[in-house]
Order: sequence, then structure tokens, then C-alpha cells
Amino acid sequence: MRYLPHTEEDVTQMLQVARASSLDDLFSSIPDACRRKTDLRLPEPLTEWELNDLMASLSQSMAVAPAYKVFLGAGSYEHHIPASVSYLLGRSEFSTSYTPYQPEISQGTLQAVFEYQTFVASLLGMDVANASLYDGASALAEALLMAARVNRLDKMAISSLIHPLYRRVVKTYLEPAGFEIIELPYSADGRTELGKLESIEGLAAVAVQSPNFFGCMEDLGAASASLTRGTKTLLVVSFTEPLAYGLYKSPGSQGADICCGEGQSFGIPQSYGGPGLGMFACLRQYVRSMPGRLVGRTEDREGKRGFVLTLATREQHIRREKATSNICTNSGLCAVTAAMYMASLGGSGIRELARLNYDKSEYLKKELRKAGFKVPFASPTFNEFVVEFPAGFEAIHQRLLGDKVVAGLPLAPYYPEVPNHYLMCATETKTQKDMDTLVSQLKRG
Amino acid sequence: MKEFAGSTGLVLNEPLLFDKGKKGRSGISLPRRDVEFSPLDETLAGDGPDFPDLSEVEVVRHFTRLSTWNFGVDTGMYPLGSCTMKYNPKTNEKQAALPGFARAHPLLPVGLSQGALKVMFELERLLSEITGMDAVSLQPAAGAHGEFAGMLVFHAYHASKGSRRSKIIVPDTAHGTNPASAALCGYSPVNVKSNEKGVLSADVIAAVMDDETAGIMVTNPNTLGFFEENIREIAEIVHAKDGLVYADGANMNAMLGIVSMGDLGIDVLHLNLHKTFSTPHGGGGPGAGPICVRKHLEPFLPVPRIIEDNEKYHLSYDFPLSIGKLHAFYGNTGIIIRAYSYILSLGPELKKVSQLAVLNANYIKEKLKDTLQLAYDRPCMHECVFSDKLQASLKVTTLDMVKRLIDYGFHPPTIYFPLVVPGAIMIEPTETESKEDLDLFVEAFKEIVTEAEEDPERLYNAPYRTKVRRLDETSAARNPRLTCGDGA
Repeated sequence: MRYLPHTEEDVTQMLQVARASSLDDLFSSIPDACRRKTDLRLPEPLTEWELNDLMASLSQSMAVAPAYKVFLGAGSYEHHIPASVSYLLGRSEFSTSYTPYQPEISQGTLQAVFEYQTFVASLLGMDVANASLYDGASALAEALLMAARVNRLDKMAISSLIHPLYRRVVKTYLEPAGFEIIELPYSADGRTELGKLESIEGLAAVAVQSPNFFGCMEDLGAASASLTRGTKTLLVVSFTEPLAYGLYKSPGSQGADICCGEGQSFGIPQSYGGPGLGMFACLRQYVRSMPGRLVGRTEDREGKRGFVLTLATREQHIRREKATSNICTNSGLCAVTAAMYMASLGGSGIRELARLNYDKSEYLKKELRKAGFKVPFASPTFNEFVVEFPAGFEAIHQRLLGDKVVAGLPLAPYYPEVPNHYLMCATETKTQKDMDTLVSQLKRG
Repeated sequence: MKEFAGSTGLVLNEPLLFDKGKKGRSGISLPRRDVEFSPLDETLAGDGPDFPDLSEVEVVRHFTRLSTWNFGVDTGMYPLGSCTMKYNPKTNEKQAALPGFARAHPLLPVGLSQGALKVMFELERLLSEITGMDAVSLQPAAGAHGEFAGMLVFHAYHASKGSRRSKIIVPDTAHGTNPASAALCGYSPVNVKSNEKGVLSADVIAAVMDDETAGIMVTNPNTLGFFEENIREIAEIVHAKDGLVYADGANMNAMLGIVSMGDLGIDVLHLNLHKTFSTPHGGGGPGAGPICVRKHLEPFLPVPRIIEDNEKYHLSYDFPLSIGKLHAFYGNTGIIIRAYSYILSLGPELKKVSQLAVLNANYIKEKLKDTLQLAYDRPCMHECVFSDKLQASLKVTTLDMVKRLIDYGFHPPTIYFPLVVPGAIMIEPTETESKEDLDLFVEAFKEIVTEAEEDPERLYNAPYRTKVRRLDETSAARNPRLTCGDGA
């Protein structure tokens, strides 16, 4: 086996040093009753070339671009990934290293993550960002736990237009410890209804997603204003598509206390849903309550600039059961990828790319309207929006799969009250021709 | 005189990204604009972030230079105890990057995502065979996430019987994340001590296990590198009070084909695919932390579960007792594909992996035991723990010695952990290190100890050959500067 360097001679010599008579003898401290009775029943090892064939054939059964036109968003977005980002990511000094606990030989990871923190704070309009959490869903759950810690309250209100799968994760995280979650309904314009908030006492946090699950931009200014009257309730803004902030106002500029979400859009392959990148940022006053790792700037003994993991007293390996989170391994390499991607875009590029996403989806929206389909929610959107199709559309959706088109995500499994509504996404990867073809296929029925 | 890998060389400087670039540069090929500008609600429009504008060359050079200041498994031996920094096979990277996997949307209809579902389903079965556990969920994104999932299973199990428990037993040799994971479920840890052999005694557990205690979290082999030989008896004590046994699988690399965890009375086990199953650590993640359970706990596993029906795979949420969902989608599929590739590449030879991992650790233990104080002088599993006791009179600490090790071209071992050994040096060489490299490592450590005797100052100031020297962590924490704009 090519990963195992030991020759028979090595093994013999080393067993002698270890004073064991055989490889089996090394395990003599394990009582017989605890030893495995049978050999591993695993398939015979594959050669590298057999593995290539097998995995190629499995991967070919997946419906992906360019053969398929996939108009899906809903928390995972198809964006172009520059070859330069993929190549840089292949630098195994980044990928094969551990958490940077030894800063003298981890300055590459540490500086890159420090730069990532700067990018994220700037994008979201927040003071500080951490070194990443697992994904957007767990980031939201951690944000709510953090708000509960800050406010010492156990009740939260969360928008029903937060990604339904994120809400399920929040429920998993919060329920066993006895937190109370109130869901805020949505209104006819596709935004969260905030009117009821004033009548709810003792909220640790209010969480909304923007753009929300229907693709609509929430009125964060209004959400923030509804909280400021003498309450200390934190405004948590979640997101699944951070590219939107290249075009729209950042959550921080509109009063968010904590801002968190999924960063997959920034150079990370969709990979059937993971690994993703949990982005997490907050106001400076809350930094010591933050979950996850932080990289800070410092100096070495010669006064040279360097970076270290810092504020570790919040973390599980020091604070044990009183830690701000149990997270250890996070999404470090995905954070570095996002930094590479955001560096490649630059300030000018992110504006241009965000605007292009907006204009592509507005084009699709306009063409669908022209074709007679309804766009029921009037609020501004970014790169995805809801379309209402005539009753019985499911059969057409199904038929289009055969034509290698995935015409949006049906909302009914998540929102049974809106049958025949589909969430449709068009990023920069869709050409005008792709969208024209889709519209004509939908018209034909 | 041996030649060590550590050497001087040209180390390039590189500024912060935010001090580079010029307005108007671009590092990306923007797609053609084939649609008109549409009107935009100006009340919502923002100015966009103040990122620097950089060319592709600037970005590539920046991150390439940064990468050279890092040390990875591909650079050299990385003997971090309880972290299993083994070689990360390159073919795994290739498989995960196949366009069919890398470009797949997680909400594709299941009929159009059979390949990924099959990989996940099959990996569950393979892990089940390897661990001897009955059912597996791949959803947790990392080890601590798996621990949390395990604690949720404990919680749900007792809830299903109408009870709620408040405590959990955590030994001093357990993995560091355990108490924080248990706290998320409202359990307060009951700490217990290992005995003079470095393992748990059954009577210690019997003394604390009661009806208020949800169960125990053990790491087996533990963080001293010893197999918990009383585990079956301990499990019986815990089960007698209707408690459950959780095993942290961080150290599974010693157990493949040797021990079937299902036979030990373990109810829930998590695995770290980024340790035992060779997926890269990525400078801190992403990893994957599947959990494996025995039959009676299967109804509590996270949803969705992958269901096979006549070689067709589906996703099912129809498990009313499930703890719920832990990940936005199904887990870290990209990592799962790598681990699957690894297991298929080794097959039954996985047993050899554990045998050689244990051989390597015992070899180092024997070779270094006259140089460093062994915490417990007995055969170990995949890692061995020393301390700086013999160097105490020289006023040289564990930290000084391992910082000097960097100059010789080795990554330091895990230090000051487990807490039960003061000044701990926890060495896990893994099976992918050759005898020659182990010999060099041993030699380096011996030279460092000689240096400590002759010139301790030399160690206090180590390392010398790195991009930066020892860093001021105290002022970093006192006055946190966390973004480029925070006072330079």
C-alpha cells in the first residue's frame, strides 16, 4: 500500500525495539473480550485507476452544469470559480496543516484568516468577524445562543422567511436547553411581519434573513427601529447569499448586532451542500461572547508583525463547559478560499458581479411576467425570486428535468400554503439565451 | 551527523492584502453582460465593501507567499497527539473535485443525485462494519459537532422515556471538547480521575453513576494513549442505571480491525473523518464527524436519513424520534467523498494502518524514554505521552523544547494536554511516517535535550528559522486587533 512506508525489515527491527513479538502482540493490553472477533469485511482495495473509474461513473449520475441548466438557489448558489482560486487552494501548506496552534509555523493560515476576518467585517458592515463556523445554519444557531448569553434571556423571535432548513437546525440546537422560539409570520410583500414584535416581552434576539428565503430584501432599518425602544434585544441578521451586499446596504449599516450566514458563494464548490462556510460577525462590544476562533495581530520578540489565535479563554479547550461554544474544527480552508475569492473580486469587482446577478434575475423575472406567470411578492430581490405557476405545474417541472432543466425549487414542501410557487434563481452563470430557453420551455408547458 | 530538514532559506515578505492593490485592477474574468441594467430601489442600494482591487498575479503571489510560511503534513512530520495528522492522499482530492460532485446542488431532485447519495449510503455501511456499530449518520460537520449530536441522542433517549437527566461523567483523559458539547444539552460534567495505570477503574464510575446521570463520555483509546481496559464493566455499570456510553472516536486510528466498538457496550461513537480517514485538516477544517449508534438508538439519528430501496436512494425525514437536523443539508459531502475514496483504497488493509500506527508510537516511546520522562511506562496505543520533568532542573520547559523542534524541521507534538500530565508532550506519529523519519525525529529531540543541558538560553529563544519568532500572545488578547483596520 503506497501510503504505508514500512518494509518487512522495518517492521521486524521496530518490533524488536518495541519489545513486541508481532504486530498483534502490540495490542496485548486489550483484554481478549474486547478484541474484534472477525476480520474486517471490506471490499478488496482498489487501485488508483480503479477508483478513478468508479468515482467518475458515480459522479456522472449527478445533474450539473453545463449539461444541466439548474435554476436553483435556496442556500446554495452556482457561481463561477476562477482557476486561480482553485489552484491556490491546492497549496497543500494550507490544506494539510492543522489549526494554527503553533503560530511561528502557521503564519500563512493566520494571516489569510486575519484577512478573511477583515473582508467579512467590511462586507457585512460589522466591527469584528470570527475565523468561521461550520455553515450558515449552525452559525445562526450559535448567534441565537450568543444573544441568549449576552442578554441572559431564553426567548427569541425568528422570521418564518429564514431558510426552513436553518430553522430546523436552530430548533435542534436550542430545544434541549429549553429555549423558547417564536416564529414571525410573513406578509403579502414577501417580507417578515414585524408588527407583533412590540407586544413580545423579554426577547434575547430577533432574527431575520436578508435576502430572505423568498429572495426578498428585508427592511432591516425597520426591524432595527422596532427594537430600539428601551429593549436590549439583539438584531440578528442571517443570510444565504452574501454577494447581495455588493449591491445592497450591509446589515451592519442598518443596525444589526450580529450578522451570520453561509459563505459558499465566495469561491466554494457547492459539493451537494457541504462543506460550507459559516460567516459570523458582530459589534465589538460583544466580542468576548462570540463563538469560534479569532485571529489577532501582534508582534514577535523582534517587533515583527505576526498573527496568533486570540481570546482563547472563550473557547472549549480552556473554558471547558463554560465556553461560548463547543466548536473546535471549523471551516478554515473554506474561509481562506473565500478570502482568495474576495481578493480576486476586489471592491470594484464585487459591485459589478453583484449588479450582474441582480440584472440577470430581473431579466428572468421580466420575461416570466411577460409570458403570463405571476411574481407574487413585490419586494426587491437579488438573484432569486418566487414565481407562481398555474395549478398542475408539477408535471411540467418533472418533464423539464428530462430536458435537463431544473426549473426552480417547489416551495410547497416548506410552505404548504403556497402551492405551485417556485423559487427561481439566476446568477451570473446563466446567459440570456439560457433564460430565454427556459421561458419558452415553460410557456410551451 | 544526520541531516535534518530544518534549514535556512529565502523567506519572502508579503504585506497585508489591504495594503496592496490599486483602484481599477481586477483579478476575475467577469461574465459578459448580455442583459440590460434594470432599475434598482435606491433606498436599499449600498456602496459595497471597501475591498482592495488586485490583479490575478497579485492575488496568486500573495497567497503563494503566505503558504510558504505554513507547515503541513506534506511539508513534514506532524506528530500532534490525538489529532492524527496522517498523510492526505491526493487521489481523494481528485475525486471530491469531480465536476459531478463539486458542482452538485444539494436540493436537486433525488433522482438526479443518485451518485452522491450512493457514496453516502455506502460510506455509512463501511463505517458501520469498521466500528461494529449498527447505524450511522454522516451529518455532523466536525468532531465536536458529532459529540453534540451524541449528547442530543442521549437527551432524546431519556426524553423518550419521560425523563430528563442533568449530569454526565467526563474522565480527565477525555478529549478537550467533551464538556462544552455536553453543556449544550444542559448536562453538567462530573469529572472523574483515571487510575495509576492511566485508565478508568470501574469502581470510580460506580461511585458517581446515578439516576440523574445521563451517562459517560469516554475517549478510547484515551488521550494518554491507553486502551480503557475496563470499558465493558464500566458500560455495564452505566447501563444498569439506564445511562448511555458515548465514545469519542478521535483516537480510532489505533482500533481499525482490532476492536469492534459495538462489542464494548458503547452506545454512541463519533468518528473524525479528518483524522482516522485521511481527509485533510485544512488549517482548522472543514472536517466531518459522523456518529455511529447501536440499534436501540437508531430512531434518534439526525434527519434526513438516506434510504435504499432496490438500489435507488432517497432522503427521508420520517423519523419522529429524531434529534432533528444539525447541518443545513446532509453534512460535509466533499469530505465524505474523500473518506470513501480512502476506505476503498485500503479495504481490509485498514487493520495494517492501526498496527503500524501503534508500532510507530511504541517505537518512539522506547527510543525516547531515556531522554524524556515517560508519563506512564507501559505499552501504548497510537500515541505516547512524555513530560518535561527530567528537564525541570535545567529550567527548560515543554514549550521551549518543542519550539526548538521547529528549527529541526518538525511540527511540535500536542503539548500541555492531557491536563493529567503536567508539562505533557503527546506524540502521535501516525502510520504514514517511515522508520527513517521517526529516527530523525528521535535524534532531533535528543539533540535538543543536549542543548538544554549545555545552553538553555538557546531553547528559550527558539525558534530561529521561522518567518516570525515567538509572538506576544498576551498583548494580542489584552488589546485585540482583529481586522486590518484595527490600529496597525
